Amino acid sequence: MSAQSGSRGWDVPADLERDPATIPDPATTPVPPELRREIEAHMALYPDPISASLPALEAAQRVHGWCSPQAIDQVACVMAVTPASLDAVATFYDMLETEPVGRHSIYVCTNISCSLCGADELYAAMLAAAGEDADFNVRSFECLGACDIAPMASVDGVYVGPLQIADVPALLDDVRAGRPVLEEKQLLRRACADPGAGA
Amino acid sequence: MKILFDRIDEPGLNTLEVYQRRGGYESLRKALAMTPEEVLGELEASNLRGRGGAGFQMGKKVSFLPHGTIEKYLVCNADESEPGTFKDRELLQKTPHMLLEGLIIASYAAAASRSFIYIRGEYVQQADVLDAALAEAREAGYVGERILGSEHSLSLVVHRGAGAYICGEETGLLDSLEGKRGNPRLKPPFPANQGLYQGPTLINNVETLATVPAIMRMGGAEYAKLGTETSTGTKLVSVSGHVQRPGNYEVELGVPSRQIIYDLAGGPPPGRTVKCWFPGGSSAPVLTGDDLDVPYDFDSLAKAGSMLGSGAIIVVDDSTAILDVALKTAKFYRHESCGKCTPCREGTNWTVGMLERIDRGEATPMDLEIMASVQEHIIGNCLCVLGDAMAMPIGSMIAKFKDEFEAHIETRRLQALEPVEA
Repeated sequence: MSAQSGSRGWDVPADLERDPATIPDPATTPVPPELRREIEAHMALYPDPISASLPALEAAQRVHGWCSPQAIDQVACVMAVTPASLDAVATFYDMLETEPVGRHSIYVCTNISCSLCGADELYAAMLAAAGEDADFNVRSFECLGACDIAPMASVDGVYVGPLQIADVPALLDDVRAGRPVLEEKQLLRRACADPGAGA
Repeated sequence: MKILFDRIDEPGLNTLEVYQRRGGYESLRKALAMTPEEVLGELEASNLRGRGGAGFQMGKKVSFLPHGTIEKYLVCNADESEPGTFKDRELLQKTPHMLLEGLIIASYAAAASRSFIYIRGEYVQQADVLDAALAEAREAGYVGERILGSEHSLSLVVHRGAGAYICGEETGLLDSLEGKRGNPRLKPPFPANQGLYQGPTLINNVETLATVPAIMRMGGAEYAKLGTETSTGTKLVSVSGHVQRPGNYEVELGVPSRQIIYDLAGGPPPGRTVKCWFPGGSSAPVLTGDDLDVPYDFDSLAKAGSMLGSGAIIVVDDSTAILDVALKTAKFYRHESCGKCTPCREGTNWTVGMLERIDRGEATPMDLEIMASVQEHIIGNCLCVLGDAMAMPIGSMIAKFKDEFEAHIETRRLQALEPVEA
């Protein structure tokens, strides 16, 4: 890692005087035992352990809040790969955060179907209400696969919709209070639209 | 005729108990009593075409795998991310065992011993349901060593993605499953010969695999009687956008599109008309209100100049400017382009830039021609079809709504010229 302490790590120009980071030394790279166990369990599932890089990074992100240089180093140490190879992976995927973010993620879908139903206005309202709040990670997101409840959002992985701008305060209150978010608008409660789907 | 959605809302259908009470895993028993070749014969007889987007015949795909003792892989593509598509989500969440049963049968026909379900990372709740179902299936002996006392063994791993549209492309998916960036690969070699870990790999969509138990139950020939001759069976259609009852509907292939959009999904809000619609996700060229009577099947939609794709209808009514639709579409593909091939990386970027120029009042009608030619230069010139998936709908919008684009250019240009009032 070329990151100096305190920097975000990702926007620091490469230090050409230094050799690229090698596989982190287990002796000098402490890894939380829980995290190590989780990563090793994932690695054991695949014929080639490197297949576990996505679940491993996801696990490290859960521990560190984002794929920080330290998080990457820990995963690299357990998986015995270079940090750079994991940087390359982390920067590719939308759900892996390469900058510090709030601990509650709110993905507002702003793709076609949702935007036809007012998602851009909803996203603006969500940003205005929680964009500055350090506890929240409010993002516009590509199609989340729930156009039947457009406009919708994924709140810490829970799909809710159809949302109105008036729902925003209650949604944020639920998250802050640790309650299930907008229970009556959760996707899991929704019946299939097809008339033949009933029991 | 409901095959996949038959009483899918029955409480507890996601559990093994209810699924089995309804005859679940009987198709697997039936299949295991047959030879793999016989099972493959049923799949081929069904004429089932892949439900993920390309519409390739599933049985044929299985038959492309090399024979012999070489280790083969089966990968289920559950990375449903084509805009407008949410059918697999409903299956994963409500009837995961139907997918597992179909997958196990397919693995038997293909003689695959290792399988993976690549589910998009955003489907957290669905992946949890799937994990629970897999644990039950494993416990019951449907997954693992010597399934139900047969010679067939299968390992199965649910692999969660982390948010990338391109991982729905089969070779991008394979790279992602190998722990890398999800960059598509050069084809050939096709995955059937050299896929996951360089081994022969069969890749099928969730809906395709979930249909397999029904095919085994009914018999391939009987299944083929549903739908049309070249588009057999039923299809889940996700309808969204400007319709009154958005949602997933199961229809026999070949029904008039109007029936899906109006009778099932309720059509656009009162007083509105259909301006255009994507028949198969946002990658499909748009059709207009004049095309509503086109039968909804693979060949009829292709003949109408579009495609069935993933089976996602997005309806846009006459209150929306076509420029907004084009800009949304283009921005999505720009964001999701992996950057490996220049025509796609640059083409998506320039298309967004040119559409934004129109919106800023800086464009001239000539820009439309340039934009159309950019689309033509993307198509067929990349490793995968992500660039084509933008070029086809944008090209169709420019062709079909040229007058509106020109009017938009002129209106915005005049607006930009007006002095700002103090």
